[in-house]
Amino acid sequence: MEFTRRGAMAVGAGLAAALMLPARGAMAAADDKIAEFTGGAAAGSGGITLTTPEIAENGNTVPIEVDAPGAVSIMVLAGGNPTPEVCTFNFGPLAGAQRGSTRIRLAGTQDVIAVAKMADGSFVQASNTVKVTIGGCGG
Amino acid sequence: MISRRDFLQATVAASAIVGASGVGNWARLAAQQTLSQDQLLQFDTFGNVTLVHVTDIHAQLKPVYFREPEINLGVGAVNGLPPHVTGQDFLKLFNLTPGSPEAYALSYVDFVALAKGYGKMGGLDRVATVLNAIRADRPDALLLDGGDTWHGSYTCFKTGGQDMVNVMNALKPDAMTSHWEFTLGIDRLTEIVDGLPFPFLGANIFDAEWDEPAYEPYKIFERGGAKIAVIGQAFPYMPIANPGWMFPGLSFGVREERMNQVVQEVRDAGADLVVVLSHNGFDVDRKMAAQVPGIDVILTGHTHDALPEPVLVGETMLIASGSNGKFVTRLDLDVRDGRMMGFRHKLIPIFSDVIAPDTQVAALIDEQRAPHKAELEEVLGTTDSLLYRRGNFNGTWDDLICNALIDEREADIALSPGFRWGPSLLPGDPITREDLFNATSMTYPAAYRSEMTGETLKIIIEDVADNLFNPDPYYQQGGDMVRVGGMGYHIDVSKPQGSRITNMTLLKTGEAIEPSKTYVVSGWASVNEGTEGPAIWDVVESYIKRMGTVHVDPNKSVQVTGA
Repeated sequence: MEFTRRGAMAVGAGLAAALMLPARGAMAAADDKIAEFTGGAAAGSGGITLTTPEIAENGNTVPIEVDAPGAVSIMVLAGGNPTPEVCTFNFGPLAGAQRGSTRIRLAGTQDVIAVAKMADGSFVQASNTVKVTIGGCGG
Repeated sequence: MISRRDFLQATVAASAIVGASGVGNWARLAAQQTLSQDQLLQFDTFGNVTLVHVTDIHAQLKPVYFREPEINLGVGAVNGLPPHVTGQDFLKLFNLTPGSPEAYALSYVDFVALAKGYGKMGGLDRVATVLNAIRADRPDALLLDGGDTWHGSYTCFKTGGQDMVNVMNALKPDAMTSHWEFTLGIDRLTEIVDGLPFPFLGANIFDAEWDEPAYEPYKIFERGGAKIAVIGQAFPYMPIANPGWMFPGLSFGVREERMNQVVQEVRDAGADLVVVLSHNGFDVDRKMAAQVPGIDVILTGHTHDALPEPVLVGETMLIASGSNGKFVTRLDLDVRDGRMMGFRHKLIPIFSDVIAPDTQVAALIDEQRAPHKAELEEVLGTTDSLLYRRGNFNGTWDDLICNALIDEREADIALSPGFRWGPSLLPGDPITREDLFNATSMTYPAAYRSEMTGETLKIIIEDVADNLFNPDPYYQQGGDMVRVGGMGYHIDVSKPQGSRITNMTLLKTGEAIEPSKTYVVSGWASVNEGTEGPAIWDVVESYIKRMGTVHVDPNKSVQVTGA
């Protein structure tokens, strides 16, 4: 639990705002971005590893890493943020690894999605739920 | 509820293949009502390696009463699986005789009557006697401490954990991992860790800025001709469940990939046996055991479960050794040719009236307590109700704390965190300052008083409920539900976050909680820096002194469905 008055109110308000987000709208925006990236091609699974915390220690700066050997480009999306695009990593032919890591801000509990474009033009996708919680009360 | 037969096949039946557990023997002795120290310690030494596990002692140097939970719900795949089995179901599952010592030690059934007969459990001087006996059989037994050791009592609080460090060092652990230790604050923690004669392990503790390992991940021991790797896994949700500002710069998490790497690393280094000394919590460990190949034994902690037999997940054995010094697990293993070939296990109950204290450790404990004797022993009042904490939704200790918060802080609603530590008191017992600190001791005790809307209250309660009842264990934090005074609610644990809680009612008026209306709320143990208010123990002490004798009515204000 978080409970100075200011803290509790601020966090409560933040979560309330998150809950009131038009979740379907945000996910639809993410889906649009994915369709734009893949040109509508279906994305497979496997060959891409997305590493995120299960529960964010701080929703304002959540470390993520994505690794897709053989990718030429990897797009990262925060499905529940008002603006879902996070970044796109592009890898040239001399890149030693096709891996990128960054820290992102999450408006609330949501799916983080990574889509990789492989050298042969196919796509693979991975998605993890990251929980943004008030915290406290752990045992 | 699965039958014992199914359970055995799913979990311990492997005892037929690989080993045996001590509970059957223990049950027979109990039936004869002839419990003796020799019988409690009886163990036919087996194999070439002995592991001894203690965990979640919560600074209980002396014997205590500790009532095991009445309600301990499992959601999703673990519904009805140990440790989510309580009371009579637990006794049936493990074939324990009602009224026997092990029924008293492991379940809540007839707790008060049995407590009067069988007495208190634990005491690190008794634990020392058990260790001496094990080491007489197997001098190089490994003693592994699962953490939550340097937290939870008056003397531990006053000495910054030094009393526990002094006594545990006398027991000579070979390694430990951690959780509440970090709430001493990073400076004090570092001071202690730098002086420890054994490693303080945490493979999942990272420097937050550079994302690099911050503590030793593992230690490899040579025992009985085998290489034993002990990997530490600290509580994954440290900066979320406890105040992150007390240990800035550290990041935790389950970090399954990291565990995979470390297991591979120790295997590559020639480990014949891989042991994870974990503070994940039982369900998180059960998932991790299924996800990460190559772990032979997980010594579980955090969720305070005591199971008389190991639980097997694939080829990984999960051991649950209880809390508060009530139990010591002895696990003998036959480790040959890079693998575990067999085991013998016993959850040894520390009946304080049966096991003689080790005189040296008893003297050392007295030495830690002597400077605080007067404060510890001061009687604040009496309870005419059983006071306990453990259970998913409420405990009478927290009902008492909530009553005190509402009364002393003039609040409509009180919130008390769902901690799993805190020993029990029997009806008629005096409440001493030591008892009060056993239920409240911590480094962030301020009892705040603030205003919250009904909507905010619902968000908070939904959030905590998801930390307990999310069907994916990796999203659980391992505490019990926040305790609520002055307000009732209905919870359907099977629903997703946001729709579990309904019928929130202000008890004093019987009216529904209105989302837009503001209520005065008092609580304690905020994880926010700068929280203001008197220490919770001062609030409760004032209340107990005013009441003289405290009485706690059965709490029927939380209705539970969906389990």
